[in-house]
Amino acid sequence: MATVAPPAARFAKTALAVRKKRAETIAKWVFFAMAAAMIVPLLAIIAYLLYRAAPSLDWGFLVDMPRKGMREGGIWPAFAGTLYLVVISLAVAAPIGVLAAIYLNEYARDNWFNRLINLAVINLAGVPSIVHALFGLGAFVYAAKLGYSILAASLTLAIMTLPVIIASTREALASVPMAFREACWNVGATRWQTIRSVVLPNSISGILTGVILQVSRAAGETAPIMFTGAVFFKAIRPGTLFPYHLNDQCMALSMHLYTVSTQVPNVKDSIPYATAVVLLATVLLVNVSAIGLRVWLRARKRW
Amino acid sequence: MTDATPSSLHTVGPRPRRRTWAVVGEKALEAVIRASGVSAIFFVLAIFFFVFREAAPFLFSDEFKPFEFLFSTQWYPTSDINVRYGTWALTVGSISVTALAMVLAVPFGLGAAIYISEFSGRRQRETLKITIELLAAIPSVVWGFVGLTVMSKIIVALTGAPVGVNLLNGGVILALMSVPIIVSIGEDALKAVPDSYREAAQALGATRWQIVYRVLLPAAKNGLLAAVLLGVGRAVGETMAVLMATGHAVNLPHSVLDSVRTLTANIAAELGEAPAGSPHYRALFLTGVLLFCITFAVNVTADLAIRGRRRL
Repeated sequence: MATVAPPAARFAKTALAVRKKRAETIAKWVFFAMAAAMIVPLLAIIAYLLYRAAPSLDWGFLVDMPRKGMREGGIWPAFAGTLYLVVISLAVAAPIGVLAAIYLNEYARDNWFNRLINLAVINLAGVPSIVHALFGLGAFVYAAKLGYSILAASLTLAIMTLPVIIASTREALASVPMAFREACWNVGATRWQTIRSVVLPNSISGILTGVILQVSRAAGETAPIMFTGAVFFKAIRPGTLFPYHLNDQCMALSMHLYTVSTQVPNVKDSIPYATAVVLLATVLLVNVSAIGLRVWLRARKRW
Repeated sequence: MTDATPSSLHTVGPRPRRRTWAVVGEKALEAVIRASGVSAIFFVLAIFFFVFREAAPFLFSDEFKPFEFLFSTQWYPTSDINVRYGTWALTVGSISVTALAMVLAVPFGLGAAIYISEFSGRRQRETLKITIELLAAIPSVVWGFVGLTVMSKIIVALTGAPVGVNLLNGGVILALMSVPIIVSIGEDALKAVPDSYREAAQALGATRWQIVYRVLLPAAKNGLLAAVLLGVGRAVGETMAVLMATGHAVNLPHSVLDSVRTLTANIAAELGEAPAGSPHYRALFLTGVLLFCITFAVNVTADLAIRGRRRL
């Protein structure tokens, strides 16, 4: 086309522009490949686990007892144990975490002491899970004399998951515009009245998201409960609604997956895969509901 | 504002007062809120205290030799005649798995962060962020299981190694586990660079790629450093995945196909068998103290790096 119209030649690309364009395209695709490289393993893992688990996956697997030394049968005691651990740890962690976040976002001034609290929260999130296990063993099992029990394991989980709740609650509180608070203060409300009547109602969905994420985290953890209350096997009475006592040891899904995949020989091939799928499905469903809540919340946000 | 303020505009009546219980209740509630805030410090101190308390008797016993504990490769805690508590092989195991994981995770993590923050459209960004969130949510024991079953077979098939659970396996699994945190913190760091920087560069005729490596990377380097450090923290502290995927032999690795054992996996594997109160049990708690100190240092450094970025 450059042969006919000389003016167009003025707009022809210089060598530099071509090089720039090429570098841009290459960069874009390289970065895209890197980002896509994360989707592939997620889908591949889920698909493969589902494929291998298929022979065992049915309703009975979820509600049956393990049989023949966990080589066959279902996972009901483990599933029930995980429910116990999650509910109790949530009951402990949610109030403390939400209140701590309210303190950090609504009351705390920017001074050294509150920076120290921030640092503590960051560190609490960074402490390895096995160190939490050691702490739970030393503090709850021995020092507080709770013994190896659901209570000790739940408390360990609660402290471990506290930063999850604190972080997302803070984010939810911080997203409430300052003008809302100022308007409320100006009509004479105290700090707490403002929080209760303006800040919390406007951030409750965000706080809920954090609580949901805590559930997902608590359900998946293994190391912290391994030495504080979860056991390889515990027989429970079938058909009871509340099979465990608080001072019992319990089975847990995550622990059960570790057990059947490494500690028990000659397990029916699909059982570890099915256990992994149930655990993964539980955790991912919880997360998807948190994501859904967040999307819904953003859609109806009025500011 | 006091009641005594004279007012020329209107007569000052008695101020409306709240009921006493409401005032007291509010004070009490605020005290609880404050206490919850402070509890984070309390919990961190408690973790250190209780782990250290179980480890302390070992620290002051004859069996503890600081140099041997840190730098000997001989870890024979249950031997009858030659008891040795040397954690060097475990430390090297932790370092090598973490290093391998970072070699894989840092380029991919930062690359993905750059793509999400600079190149992707809105829908693509949402999809990618949700994927990352789900990737981060996969429990570590499931990752360990994937390493044990899927990844080990892939490694045996590709390299011909005799066993598939080894350093490489653990490194790949840990890389997949720490990528999400690197991406999300890295993306935050890039987003924190003011748009005026991008606009200025664009006005000079820079392409997106030129903006990324000439403007954004230098401007966001502290935040990106923090992202990498938090990834390191995650990898060092990971327990179940490395317990199941690295093969569990206490030795210094010579190639990526050797089995290793990490500090974390060692505690998880042996704590159940160590009788409470025995030197072995206390030595395991001492490695816990060591781990606590390592991750503490990494997290504080990361926090300082992020704070440096905020000052920008």
